[in-house]
Amino acid sequence: MKRLLTLVFALFIASTAPGTKYPWGAAFAMDSATEAALAADPVAEKRLQKLSEELRCLVCQNQTIADSNAELAQDLRREVRTMIKDGKTDKEIVDFMVTRYGDFVLYRPPVKGITLLLWGGPVALMLLGLFILQRYLRRRTTRINAEDQPLSADEASRADALLKENTPK
Amino acid sequence: MNRYYWILGAFAALVALLAIGLNLNPRDVPSPLVGKPAPAFNLNVLAKPETTLGPKDMQGKVWLLNVWASWCVSCRQEHPVLVEFSKKVNVPLIGLNYKEVRGDGGFDMSKMAADEEKKLAFERANKWLADHGDPYTLTVMDLDGRVGIDYGVYGVPETYVIDKAGLIRMKHTGPITPEVLGKKIMPLLAELNK
Repeated sequence: MKRLLTLVFALFIASTAPGTKYPWGAAFAMDSATEAALAADPVAEKRLQKLSEELRCLVCQNQTIADSNAELAQDLRREVRTMIKDGKTDKEIVDFMVTRYGDFVLYRPPVKGITLLLWGGPVALMLLGLFILQRYLRRRTTRINAEDQPLSADEASRADALLKENTPK
Repeated sequence: MNRYYWILGAFAALVALLAIGLNLNPRDVPSPLVGKPAPAFNLNVLAKPETTLGPKDMQGKVWLLNVWASWCVSCRQEHPVLVEFSKKVNVPLIGLNYKEVRGDGGFDMSKMAADEEKKLAFERANKWLADHGDPYTLTVMDLDGRVGIDYGVYGVPETYVIDKAGLIRMKHTGPITPEVLGKKIMPLLAELNK
């Protein structure tokens, strides 16, 4: 049982590792007349929405710039909007953010040396948990099998004697 | 008994991990700009609005760029340290006033004309420096925060150390404490000015 708990614990840690997107609302706040005017173009708006959900707001760090209503998030949305209008590609826009704020702005940071633990950690923890589970189950089976042996002749006669003692006369 | 030690060990490891993790400062995001040229700008100077200043004017000097605003509470905390610094150290300290009016949050920007914003920003910045002392060699005005974005500003105050070649050598986010100044900034300035 203890080992099983350890496994559950390991899986829990794995599930809460960074990289998990936060589920709370993707409400998009329209904050000025210019934004509303630009929003008239649904294709551009969709790209903005998609890009904004990939970018972290550095002020309220657990929110994307789509979710956040911080001043900086508004400014960054404005920048993204301008770049979309200027015909920049998604990659150019993301690079613009990364050169200024680093990989930290990306909700999905690139796989590289320094982020290996981030990406590999959950998988490694799950494998560790599975390994522990497998070992536990195997030991348990051997233990049960060992206990399941039929009684030896000596044990049987002792059991008989005990039963007889308890039999009412 | 053995398995209890095992769980205890795993728990201790988790506590250690969390203790380290929770003691890290999440605001301390490493800036990708360190080692890169300071992004160019050309902004109006607070004291002489008809003139402009940019990093290329500072070429050949080691200088500090300090991002501030009158609405920024932590700037108030850091300000005496900067005033003291400017009296003692002969290193240019350029102020970058960041979104003086629109960053305040108390104004409806959709109702304010650009001229009006500019006038108000200069007034407010001048008054703040008059009240609290002016440690800056010069202050430039980033009214819309566009330059701030180029510098990756996300929490005022922020301070950059820029070398003679115009490369950013250090970025400090948050107020400068005497400790940060003495242990990090001063040694770096001395080394860069060698």
